[in-house]
Amino acid sequence: MKALRNIIDNIKPQFEKGGKFSYLQSTFEAFETFLYVPNHTTKLGSHIRDHIDMKRTMSVVVIALIPALLFGMWNVGYQHNLSHGEAAGIIDNFLFGLIKVLPIVVVSYGVGLGIEFIFAQFRGHEVNEGFLVSGMLIPLLVPPDTPLWMVAIATAFAVIIGKEVFGGTGMNILNPALTARAFLFFAYPSDMSGDKVWIAEKADAYSGATPLGNLLTNQPFETLPSASDMFWGFIPGSIGETSTFLILVGAVILLLTGIGSWRIMLSVFVGGFGLATLFNFIGPYVAPDNAYMALPAYYHLIMGGFAFGAVFMATDPVSASQTNKGKWIYGILIGVMAVLIRVLNPAYPEGMMLAILLMNVFAPLIDHYVVEGNIKKRMKRAKLASA
Amino acid sequence: MSKTITIKQGLNINLQGEAEKIIAEVEAGHYAIKPIDFHGVFPKLLVHEGDKVKAGTQIFYDKYRDNIKFSSPVSGTVKEIRRGAKRALLEVSIEADAEQSFIDFGIADPNSIKREAIVEKMLESGVWPVIRQRPYTVIANPNDEPKAIFISGFDSAPLGVDFDLIVHGQGEAFQAGVDALKKLTPGIVHLNLPAGDANSKVFTNSKNVQINFFKGPHPAGNIGTQINKLDPINKGEVVWHLKPQEVLTIGRLFLEGRFNAERIIALTGSEVIKPRYFKTKIGASIAEIVKENVIEGNVRYISGNALTGRKIDKVGFVGFFDNLITVIPEGDYYEFFGWALPGFGKFSFSKSFPTFLNGKNKKFRLNTNLHGGERAFVMTGEMEKVFPFDIYPMQLIKSIMVEDIDAMEQLGIYEIDEEDFALVEYIDTSKTEIQAIVRKGIDAMRKEMS
Repeated sequence: MKALRNIIDNIKPQFEKGGKFSYLQSTFEAFETFLYVPNHTTKLGSHIRDHIDMKRTMSVVVIALIPALLFGMWNVGYQHNLSHGEAAGIIDNFLFGLIKVLPIVVVSYGVGLGIEFIFAQFRGHEVNEGFLVSGMLIPLLVPPDTPLWMVAIATAFAVIIGKEVFGGTGMNILNPALTARAFLFFAYPSDMSGDKVWIAEKADAYSGATPLGNLLTNQPFETLPSASDMFWGFIPGSIGETSTFLILVGAVILLLTGIGSWRIMLSVFVGGFGLATLFNFIGPYVAPDNAYMALPAYYHLIMGGFAFGAVFMATDPVSASQTNKGKWIYGILIGVMAVLIRVLNPAYPEGMMLAILLMNVFAPLIDHYVVEGNIKKRMKRAKLASA
Repeated sequence: MSKTITIKQGLNINLQGEAEKIIAEVEAGHYAIKPIDFHGVFPKLLVHEGDKVKAGTQIFYDKYRDNIKFSSPVSGTVKEIRRGAKRALLEVSIEADAEQSFIDFGIADPNSIKREAIVEKMLESGVWPVIRQRPYTVIANPNDEPKAIFISGFDSAPLGVDFDLIVHGQGEAFQAGVDALKKLTPGIVHLNLPAGDANSKVFTNSKNVQINFFKGPHPAGNIGTQINKLDPINKGEVVWHLKPQEVLTIGRLFLEGRFNAERIIALTGSEVIKPRYFKTKIGASIAEIVKENVIEGNVRYISGNALTGRKIDKVGFVGFFDNLITVIPEGDYYEFFGWALPGFGKFSFSKSFPTFLNGKNKKFRLNTNLHGGERAFVMTGEMEKVFPFDIYPMQLIKSIMVEDIDAMEQLGIYEIDEEDFALVEYIDTSKTEIQAIVRKGIDAMRKEMS
């Protein structure tokens, strides 16, 4: 280790101001701080600081995503072989999925980090770790057959327009990974919906629609996969969204470490479940032909991207509400909007993405009113005191 | 009426090197008064190098409030007047005489003299600066009538001192100090103690005070927390606050008629061989105190606690308001994959390190490494977990960063001091220098209102 440190110390001056490669300073720093926590000491304020930093925080989220990623890879292979009617072992399924998914991950990270490094250098900042999570989320959000060039364009769009134009990580309004997903959804709708895209290299005869797609076309309830299949994840869908169980494993990691907000996760589920239950009750009276209305409420939570969105997307601290009270409102409204779009909108089978993006936009407004409440309370107290 | 208040948000940071409850005598030899200890004071010197002074001789006064004077804690010779950039006065150091002599300000019973006489005596003797006010945490204005006075009788900060030990046997001086304070406010003098402890009789038997009990982690002992929970400050209101030793200084002025600057300070920290208490005076040089009592190596000497103290030289001086010296290792080293390895034994408020499995009583040897690079604010909701005020900390910090005076006022800047944000700064993932930002906001606010 000493030798490595010596090499870094030797080449470091060349990357610093006035050095030969000073235009690569941010990049060098990114790699150096990746290898070593820097020797910076406290100058002002508290002399001791917590061991946590942005790298640690972001890597916990990445770790929480890994169960869903690994299962996603296996499921890509499983669904493919299922559609062809071929029996394959766990390893074969996984390898097929690995070959499909790994390039998407590599493209997402490569394009995103490349842009991040360039912006960091322009601004003279250190490279922010935020994209470590976004770069992992993007592959998990897309259908397995998404062409790599689309992934590249969407990632570039998300990083530049979704994040860097606002000032980089911490300043963005929309969740960058969802921005990429929304870009794909609206720019290439035929590749992002329907019943062709959810199974990699699907056999033509096989129906590849997601459960949500089935419901949208008002197919009978019995055509849905069983609830347990949907919970464990043996269904077609975006790479990372299918297994509610492994998403919940990720949720446990986020909650135990305190990095994900339990308020948001819980309230999204409460909001979605609440509205779906209401629809169950009023469905027969207001819209007897809407199969979606009669769908048992808990199905909403295990279908499509609901759980993935609640655990990994809605909880993005930058684009969510920042106040604790605001987080409840924000989460409940996401759950409500997602179910509302699914059930009442005839065009979109899935509502989670739009619900989260919409509430991202409203999060600052929610916070504004929560903080306003605090201010009013303080003013009232002052009035009482002077009266 | 006494109250018991439970604080839920906060964090106890258990550092190694808690002071043993032994009080050693030490003759520090040199003492200094540092204007930097007093926010917003512009010092005008009254002495020259080589002047002979007594304990209580005025050293400098505040240019903008010339009735606030600062006195020598000892008798001796003015050794050095040290100035920094733009000739700003850094410290006036005094070499103490072997035999101490005091200026006589006259004995008085605070219960039987008028408020004006009490104020006058405290101003002339240089005792007055022990009283600070909120908002702004500056020395109290003698012309104000504070709505209440707060004394925090315990220190919940890392390695905080045991005031029960410090005030032991000082009941008379403490009572005299409290009596004087009682005359200064039409309101209540609050004495805040930890709930559930066997508190010193000096505290529990004192009269003219309302005793309140606080339960919970640090910052339960911070005066800002206590004010916020008991009687929060509204715009236009002023409260005053002190620590127990400062009350003793006031009491001794009336009992002994002199500026008796005695202080018991603790030498603490993981790098101290025998952490213990020392009996000395305000502004003592730490040279004799730390001599042969600190482990060899690259260490940082801090006047005050590790969260809010000020870095000083190993021959530097204890700050005017500080009750302890903390010595911790410097952290100027590289750590290979420090962020990625599991990190057993690394103390963290977050549970992303497995150290929390060790329970709450393990003591840590923390150093001054920043443990990461500075970033924009990303995480939300973590500050609130260690910030027991009814204030939105991140929103207030952001309003200061954008210099929005109205927002600062609305969000509660009158109630806070930088030390209230020390834990917020400690746990902050983005490694922002929050206390410096908060002080900038408080100074901007004070300027705006003056």
